[in-house]
Amino acid sequence: MAEVTLKGVSKSFGADTALDNVTMTIPDGSFVVLLGPTGAGKTTTLRLVSGLDTQDSGCISIGARDMMGLTPAQRDVAMVFQQYSLYPHLTVRQNLEFPLKSPILKTPDDEIARKVGEIAEVLQISHKLDNKATMLSGGEMQRVSIGRALVRNPSVYLMDEPLSSLDAKLRADLRIELKSIQSDRGATLLYVTHDQIEAMTMATHVGVLDKGRVVQFGTPRQIYEDPVSIYAASRLGQPRINVLPAAVFGGAPTTAQSIGLRPEQIVQGEGEESLVQRVEHLGDQTRLHLSFKSHDIVTVTDAHTNLKSGDIIRIRPKNPFYFDATGARLA
Amino acid sequence: MSFSVTEPSKRTKWLAGILVVGYALITISPLIWIIATGFKSGPDSIAYPPKMIFEPSLEGYVNLFTERTRATQDMLETAGPPKTWYDQIARDQGTVITGPSRYGARFLNSIIIGFGSTALCMLLGTAAAYAFSRFRVPLKDDLLFFILSTRMMPPIAVAIPIFLMFRNLGLNDTHLGMILLYTAVNLSLSVWLLKGFIDEIPIEYEEAALIDGYTRFQAFYKVVLPQAATGIASTAIFCLIFAWNEYAFAVLLTSGTAQTAPPFIPTIIGVGGKDWPAVAAGASIFLVPVMVFTILLRKHLLRGITFGAVRK
Repeated sequence: MAEVTLKGVSKSFGADTALDNVTMTIPDGSFVVLLGPTGAGKTTTLRLVSGLDTQDSGCISIGARDMMGLTPAQRDVAMVFQQYSLYPHLTVRQNLEFPLKSPILKTPDDEIARKVGEIAEVLQISHKLDNKATMLSGGEMQRVSIGRALVRNPSVYLMDEPLSSLDAKLRADLRIELKSIQSDRGATLLYVTHDQIEAMTMATHVGVLDKGRVVQFGTPRQIYEDPVSIYAASRLGQPRINVLPAAVFGGAPTTAQSIGLRPEQIVQGEGEESLVQRVEHLGDQTRLHLSFKSHDIVTVTDAHTNLKSGDIIRIRPKNPFYFDATGARLA
Repeated sequence: MSFSVTEPSKRTKWLAGILVVGYALITISPLIWIIATGFKSGPDSIAYPPKMIFEPSLEGYVNLFTERTRATQDMLETAGPPKTWYDQIARDQGTVITGPSRYGARFLNSIIIGFGSTALCMLLGTAAAYAFSRFRVPLKDDLLFFILSTRMMPPIAVAIPIFLMFRNLGLNDTHLGMILLYTAVNLSLSVWLLKGFIDEIPIEYEEAALIDGYTRFQAFYKVVLPQAATGIASTAIFCLIFAWNEYAFAVLLTSGTAQTAPPFIPTIIGVGGKDWPAVAAGASIFLVPVMVFTILLRKHLLRGITFGAVRK
């Protein structure tokens, strides 16, 4: 395992800038999740680290070794693709053996059998080992695809939304499994996702990307509790942070343009009146859709609340975030 | 009555069945005619009205593989009684066998040239198609069009320059010359067909193999090639059929050592007129290798082994 660093990395595809001067350090043994909407440059970052694409400028190194000009095989990385690209002409077992049999690793047969057996066990695909890869369901294919990366012990694992095509139960299982494999092995993992639960539960660090730039890099708690901008604050938190004009509540700093309120930053039962529009019982929590001076606010309340639509509830902000006109956080 | 949008009605199925059977009859009847004629006797083969039912005879096959001369009384006396069954068949026609014919050698030429050019064509075609499909080749579209333009004129249009070229290079009437020529003609077809097949193989497989520790060539060999097998097999059949049946170039450029079967078969002359049973026998045997090759590769012609492994 090794530390991965990106220094001033840029990449364009024609007129589109995919990455713009990205500098980031993925510490040895960390689980780094890249967050951002489609087109933010998450997948491009993975492809540049893997060596499938080459950056236009800047420097990428893995374990202090400069990667410029090295092929993916020489970089010693394992990758799980968003599309589960299993080799269709091979069986599940052959797919899992494939990286171990590469001319670079040339693993002895008994060790291949042991590793493949182990991984199949973890991913619950032991009974499918001798099936053709094309005879699997989507979820099974994706598990094999993850397995093909995990049979190896590379410098860094790269994963591009590996759980996105799985059903909720399996996704929850694999989240725990991936996290424990990573911490057991002390593996370095660079992980792309849209799913904030994956980010919050697995990541040691989160990198927030916006239009090819890293806008914030830190622990999930840092990003959640101390976001640098509206954009970064919106990446994490369910329901999303409420952003309103700063003036709707009193006491805002003069330079503030907007106020950001997460559910726990809204005190209920005190302050000014708001109208309950809708009550959503989700089981473990209840969401309130409020109308406050013609602005919509979504917050969370007691799971067994008696509030119903049309009720009036008083709210007041507590330690809110203030943002300036550009969306940047005011200290 | 139940009605389904996707399931054809009974009447439609019958109509489709009749059309298919009718088409099959049309395509197969010349084949049956040739094979039947090969087993007819000389007079039966030219009988009018044509004989549908006849006494089978191996005369055509014996005549195909032997050289014979009209037997005089002296010859018959010195030769003694016929030693083998084919001697007997020759005697029955009033001839004696003087030696083997050249059909075997011509047939072997066809095999060497047909399969040789097909193999070479697949080798070069797959490599070129992969390059066109995966790499940024300058002027790619123009090059592809240029390659195809070699097929836009009939062989006769280029026959004279090729003849002169071959004469100067000493390639006239050689196996190498014919293999090169058929490869050149077939290459455009194979590059185009194979490029289509390789385009359909998602590049993700190769990327996965590159990450898994393989070089580009190993990825091509281990991942692309097995998936392109279907396309390569069907392209090989097309190439072989062309090279096997080609007549115009073969007539112009070969006369002896490298002559293939197609220009040879029509020159089989019997005693006192065209020997139709022998011609038909030659054509029947000539059909066999392509038929065997096609049947062997038929499994690969059924597409579908790569479907469903990549989520689109």
